[in-house]
Amino acid sequence: MNAFNPIILTLILLTPLVGAVLVALLPDRAKIPNWIALLTSLVTLLFTLHLPAHFAWGQQQGFQFEINRIWIESPAIFYHVGIDSLSLWLVVLTGILAPVGVLASWNAIQSRPKVFYSFFLLQQTAIVGVFISLDLMLYYGFWELSLVPMAVLIAMYGRKDGSKAALKFFLFTFIPSAPLLVAILWLYTRTHTFNFADLQFEIAAGLIPAGLLFWVALAFLFAFAVKVPVFPLHGWLSDTFAEAPVALAMIVAGKMGLYSLLRFHVGLFPVQARQIAPLMIALAVIGILYGACLALVQKNFFRLIAFGTVSHGSLVILAIYGLTKMGWTASIFQILSIGIVEGVVLTILGGLYNRYKTAEIDSYGGAATKLPRAATIFVLAALTSIGLPLLSGFIGEFLILSTTFSQVSRWWAIVAAVSVILSAAYMLWLVQRLFFGPEGKLTASTSVRDLSFGEFIAVAPLVALMLILGVSPTPLLDSIQSGLHPPSAQIKQVIQIPINPQTVVAPEAKR
Amino acid sequence: MTTVPDIYRILPEVILTLTGVLMMLTDATIPPHWARRNLGWIGAIGTTLALWSSLWQLSLPEGTAFFGTVETSAFTVFFHVLICGIVLVTLLLSLDTLPGRSHHQGEFYTLIVFGAVGMCLLTGAVELLVAFIALEISSIATYVLAGYRKETGKGPESALKYFLLGSFATAFLLYGIALIFGATGTTHIYEIARLAPLAVNHTLVIASLALMLVGILFKVSAAPFHVWTPDVYEGSSSPVAALLSTAPKAAAFALLLRVIYEAYPSLHSFWSPLLWIVAVVSMTVGNLAALRQRNVKRMLAYSSIAHAGYLLAAFAGASSMGIAAASFYTAAYAAMNVGIFAIVTLVSGYDDRAILLDDFRGLIHRAPLLGSLLIFFLISLTGIPFTGGFAGKFYSFSAAMGAGAIWLTIIGLLNSGIAAGYYLRLALVSAQKPDADSEQPRPQMGVAVSAAIALCFLATLVLGILPNVTLHAAQQGAQTLQAPIAAPPSNVTP
Repeated sequence: MNAFNPIILTLILLTPLVGAVLVALLPDRAKIPNWIALLTSLVTLLFTLHLPAHFAWGQQQGFQFEINRIWIESPAIFYHVGIDSLSLWLVVLTGILAPVGVLASWNAIQSRPKVFYSFFLLQQTAIVGVFISLDLMLYYGFWELSLVPMAVLIAMYGRKDGSKAALKFFLFTFIPSAPLLVAILWLYTRTHTFNFADLQFEIAAGLIPAGLLFWVALAFLFAFAVKVPVFPLHGWLSDTFAEAPVALAMIVAGKMGLYSLLRFHVGLFPVQARQIAPLMIALAVIGILYGACLALVQKNFFRLIAFGTVSHGSLVILAIYGLTKMGWTASIFQILSIGIVEGVVLTILGGLYNRYKTAEIDSYGGAATKLPRAATIFVLAALTSIGLPLLSGFIGEFLILSTTFSQVSRWWAIVAAVSVILSAAYMLWLVQRLFFGPEGKLTASTSVRDLSFGEFIAVAPLVALMLILGVSPTPLLDSIQSGLHPPSAQIKQVIQIPINPQTVVAPEAKR
Repeated sequence: MTTVPDIYRILPEVILTLTGVLMMLTDATIPPHWARRNLGWIGAIGTTLALWSSLWQLSLPEGTAFFGTVETSAFTVFFHVLICGIVLVTLLLSLDTLPGRSHHQGEFYTLIVFGAVGMCLLTGAVELLVAFIALEISSIATYVLAGYRKETGKGPESALKYFLLGSFATAFLLYGIALIFGATGTTHIYEIARLAPLAVNHTLVIASLALMLVGILFKVSAAPFHVWTPDVYEGSSSPVAALLSTAPKAAAFALLLRVIYEAYPSLHSFWSPLLWIVAVVSMTVGNLAALRQRNVKRMLAYSSIAHAGYLLAAFAGASSMGIAAASFYTAAYAAMNVGIFAIVTLVSGYDDRAILLDDFRGLIHRAPLLGSLLIFFLISLTGIPFTGGFAGKFYSFSAAMGAGAIWLTIIGLLNSGIAAGYYLRLALVSAQKPDADSEQPRPQMGVAVSAAIALCFLATLVLGILPNVTLHAAQQGAQTLQAPIAAPPSNVTP
């Protein structure tokens, strides 16, 4: 063990915050805010790498690097943070994406960089907080906090109508979180604790009447599903992607909502999650197809990626609500893979936007001749996103679909597999329209430079990760699986006995 | 019965009165062409002294003075400190924003300090007649302050409206006091608590409480007694609106807590559903009306009605939690609301030349610090965690939830979703890129106003992140309110 272990999570949480304050205090010239933000995010990344290095892999139960201190006395809210293999890699991913985001914004953000980087780093703190909080109120705090910098920055740097998109983004997440808070408070009045492990125990022990628990679980599910977003709650995502600075778009979607579903919906309410699983599986499959189909017809490439995200996120939902251990492992893997791919895709697209000042796909064409490096990397990312073997996207997709097929439901798996074709269609068509074919008016008339050194440095590690995880996914999969500890007997049951596809899933979902 | 000299029990009020008199006399004696600005500093020093003396009162044994009419306890100290703090910040805010010497600055500062005397006395009064007098002292000062911009048409209108409706409401309060005197033969709060359940005419007791509630709910601008609020805030200058929306309300809430929890605990089944309804109506009416406003001050006025509703939700809770939550909320609301009015003062100017929503466009690009602070106060009002606004709402609704008022909690939190609509609209407008053609001046920040905003910012942040100290004080206050510290001397009761 290491002397850092007890405070490492707090360091990861607070370093961006300190960086944000520093950026706010120091003068706004000569790229000082950019450099401080970069430095802060690199230091944070270094700290996050401490986690896998010192993680006790053999440990099956409980959380690691845990701190549990009283924060507010009455009602008792604790500063309780810790990670297990569910959240470990998500924290690392957040750490990796932060410097990428800073580099992707380096030239894109021209006005008031000080405000931008302060809020960007604050956002970083909020997201890490979501992943490591084990006290429900603390978690709720970070969950809500994560909205603010995002909304402000969308309004400040929106491409067309930023404040409308920001308002939509904020309200879509804020209003469902009202029932979430009610549910959390209600749980507290019953159990007198906000502690995750205690609540898990009390709920599993059946100390709370199941009838009311159904509504509580539903409130949790609703709040998280909007954030993923699950069909039909995806209304905010495409506007957000179209308006948000790319550095923020790459961290907003998917991860937080999907993680929260795993930890706080399925993790806290296994019985209720199982009841509602057929519905979620159906919605997931609809979302997969719907997102992919809408991505096909988008004219704005940010919106296209947004609908692609809906499709990919829904695939993860399918894996989560299959309620199999392999599915969960694959879902975490897929979240990581999506995060990495979107980091690359959005950095390149953001770079294109900065050069040509438009996100209309039709204006482009033949950009590869002028931007060969960007084109190469983008093609690679697109192939990963489609799920080409030997790239990271394939592993996640394959595992999810095969697990669903063998352990959950054949028909849903077959329908979901159609998405592979659709995603190939929209991604490759996008590549073709942007980079190949005859030169468009815009690409012909504008003289641009290929990827800058900063942009290249930003995406290079992500590209490497796509390859490494694609070629040799086993270590990561094992590390995720090793600690997916069934927290109670009930969950163990859910995981070990696969749901019979004929009796449970298919009939109810068909209704 | 007590060895503490009576004067110590009202030390903050005495200091404030002396400060006010000193300011008034100085104003009258110095030559007319001298600047009156420094009178504000005298007021600020006097208020600070009053604040310290109030904290010092904590070292006294709890008890009453002047024939059992005035009390010092953790409860009164909590509200004294809060009110003195608000008044101090308002004075600092006015120091930098009040226009030149023609503006009767001397009277302005003096009135604020005299108003503070009334508010402080109101929180300490355990005799309804003293409470009434204190309420009038504070009200009359604020009526004048509301009409202070008499060069505009709206100033006198605002003052007149406030005065007429306010007098009407205090008349209700007085009528209620008269009725309870008729029913029980006393106007002393502890005696009422003892005698009200024994009263022969129970209807009279209920009527007295109902009338008093009308009077007090008017002062806290709870719906349906809220109609004066937007007009009065719009007509008065922003520093005065900051004061009006917080300090007299805090005092009135203290009186409300005292009346219902200390004098009428026996009528719980009567006032509890009543306040439940008032809470729901206030937040819904306030929020829905605020959504439609383009004028930032009117929007904040309606938001203050909604916040009165959130605060009243705490009254659904069991007494100990409810009182503590309500006290905490007044403090949190005061910190963020004075803060936001301070920023509105700076952006819009004393004369409200740029008070519309569109005038805030691009504020964060013009003045990043001020814009960020505006957003901070707005998210606190919205109720985002790690701010005082969230902590207040959290305690208020926890109290309600703890007493099983689940629907009140759901309605309240959905309301904060509606409220996010208009708070966010202002925050996002100020984050938008400014129009190229509009050249708004960059607001100037003096030392005093910077200190005022810094105090509000720190208070809001500390209440959100480290609420323990304040919460503990509020809980102690709640305890003293629940267990009346001393029976009044027998010569009070007739």
